[in-house]
Amino acid sequence: MDAFTTLTGSVAPLDRLNVDTDQIIPKQFLKTIKRTGLREGLFYDWRRRKDGSQDPEFFLNQPRYQEASILLTRDNFGCGSSREHAPWALLDQGFRCILAPSFADIFYNNCFQNGILPVVLKGSEIQALFEGVAAHAGYRLTIDLAAQQVTTPEGTAYHFDIDPFRKDCLYRGLDAIGLTLQQAPQIAQYEQRRRSQAPWLFQDVK
Amino acid sequence: MAAQTLFEKIWNDHVVRAEPDGTTLLYIDRHLVHEVTSPQAFEGLTVAGRAPRRPAAALAVPDHNVPTTDRRIAIADPISAKQIQTLDDNCRTFGITLFGMNDIRQGVVHVIGPEQGFTLPGMTIVCGDSHTSTHGAFGALAFGIGTSEVEHVLATQCLVQKRPKTMEVRVEGQLSPRCSAKDVILAIIGKIGTAGGTGYVIEYTGSAIRALSMEGRMTLCNMSIEGGARAGMVAPDDITFAYIKGRPMAPKGALWDQAVASWRQLTTDAGAKYDAVVELRAETIAPQVTWGTSPGMVTGVDGTVPDPRSMGDEKLRQATERAIEYMALTPGMPIRDIKIDKVFIGSCTNSRIEDLRLAASFAKGKKVAGSVHAMVVPGSGLVKQQAEQEGLDRIFKESGFEWREAGCSMCLAMNADVLQPGERCASTSNRNFEGRQGAGGRTHLVSPAMAVAAAIEGHFVDIRQWS
Repeated sequence: MDAFTTLTGSVAPLDRLNVDTDQIIPKQFLKTIKRTGLREGLFYDWRRRKDGSQDPEFFLNQPRYQEASILLTRDNFGCGSSREHAPWALLDQGFRCILAPSFADIFYNNCFQNGILPVVLKGSEIQALFEGVAAHAGYRLTIDLAAQQVTTPEGTAYHFDIDPFRKDCLYRGLDAIGLTLQQAPQIAQYEQRRRSQAPWLFQDVK
Repeated sequence: MAAQTLFEKIWNDHVVRAEPDGTTLLYIDRHLVHEVTSPQAFEGLTVAGRAPRRPAAALAVPDHNVPTTDRRIAIADPISAKQIQTLDDNCRTFGITLFGMNDIRQGVVHVIGPEQGFTLPGMTIVCGDSHTSTHGAFGALAFGIGTSEVEHVLATQCLVQKRPKTMEVRVEGQLSPRCSAKDVILAIIGKIGTAGGTGYVIEYTGSAIRALSMEGRMTLCNMSIEGGARAGMVAPDDITFAYIKGRPMAPKGALWDQAVASWRQLTTDAGAKYDAVVELRAETIAPQVTWGTSPGMVTGVDGTVPDPRSMGDEKLRQATERAIEYMALTPGMPIRDIKIDKVFIGSCTNSRIEDLRLAASFAKGKKVAGSVHAMVVPGSGLVKQQAEQEGLDRIFKESGFEWREAGCSMCLAMNADVLQPGERCASTSNRNFEGRQGAGGRTHLVSPAMAVAAAIEGHFVDIRQWS
């Protein structure tokens, strides 16, 4: 996983509530056995008109947002299915950071597994950023993970909270499984104790 | 010891190590695996040269992609076929038990776990699927994870977690006749909203919950995620133990007695505190129908499509307008006037034997409306077999329903069971998102009884008054 330290990039706005992972990447793209190449499926249905042609109005079809690395959106982003294909597709498009007033739990967690920083800001701050993006072409933000800060071109800084362990893993690009494997002796001790208390939990599945 | 909630007891039993900041290494007892969210996890293990820590704690089954038509013929879609083959290959390589596509025990992952006695009270259970919350019906802590965490659990049998908050959803009283667990959970989501449970584990309590069968409790817990909660649970009781006893993977003999004695402790202690409490009266819950593109966009069958102009919040108004447009409805339209093209009875929410018995009892002796195409997809091969032994398949077929093989089918339409653009479906599944059942398709979530009545009348009817 790539580390996330600071990011300065342009912002793409998706002004919708409750964007679910079925919209982020529809089912037909879940048949892959790879993590890569999912950009084509990102917002597949929303990108298109009813006749199947590309909708030039949709934000990701607008030339000004092609290079965006920061996605700005509304409450409960990533609700629904646990599909990790959603963050994979966003990453494939070039997004490394998502700003929203709230996220769905599983999606939020999946972002951290893939080097994407999901940032929760207040609703009023998100609204101000939407207005900034609308007013200025090429609106850029700087995200500083160490300082837990989002800075606007005008110099306004918004602070965000983040779990210290998740922050550290993302900042250093750590292999989460490798970290847990370092605790193998504790896991073995737990299993031994638990097996004596509740042996039915350790019956083999067959 | 301080009074504890059911959730706290199970959580505390699974802490391998807790850091001062609350970061917890949580032990996972059981792991369900399916073909869609696992290939990249197995690939990750291979690349890193890691082996599963306890392959005998996992059970795999293909369900999302499988055809629900004749299984003797090869799968028409080569990409689906490859994903299913990849699951087969991975299970063989890594030593994981697999119920293959032609195994009678194959079915929707959240149907077969309970059916086999794989799902037991007090366990931590995960799966790369958000509807893993279903297993909480047994008093287990069960939640959906992404593919990276599937790999993490395979490699370590643990997950790094922060302790979620707890929410009690208390439903007291008696449900109206013909109202079911599906109506209860849709009403709860309508009340708390689709993000109301974010950050929480829900425990469902109250007399109306205790009166539910295991199938009903599974329906209830299944859709916790639609209210934003990763997990929902019901304390185990004699109904739970009676359901589990004698199932193939359930403990037997002295081990059974020891297990039940332990499971009887899995209740919330008097005086234990939840972080939030929500209360509903069962009598006030009408048969529910979703009208929009989010499960929280729901009302009673005696209600109407809402008018966005009456909504103060601009973002909510826009979302409502967009949903009504997508669904091709009009504000103020009575729900009963909505005509449907398709009916889907199935999914991890409502495809168990009790659901099918109930649906058949309403279908018996009636005919599906000429304008409607209706299908029944059992949750597993064993549910299908049981239903056929009881003659339910004949009732459905005589009424004009198609009778299919087990799988996820039109709940998410990854296989060939897909809505065409503009088609409108009464569905017993769990998600009414745009395009969920097929691009341009329109989904109304309902109970099995409501789905059958809609199939026969061609539009929604109030099942309480339907003869």
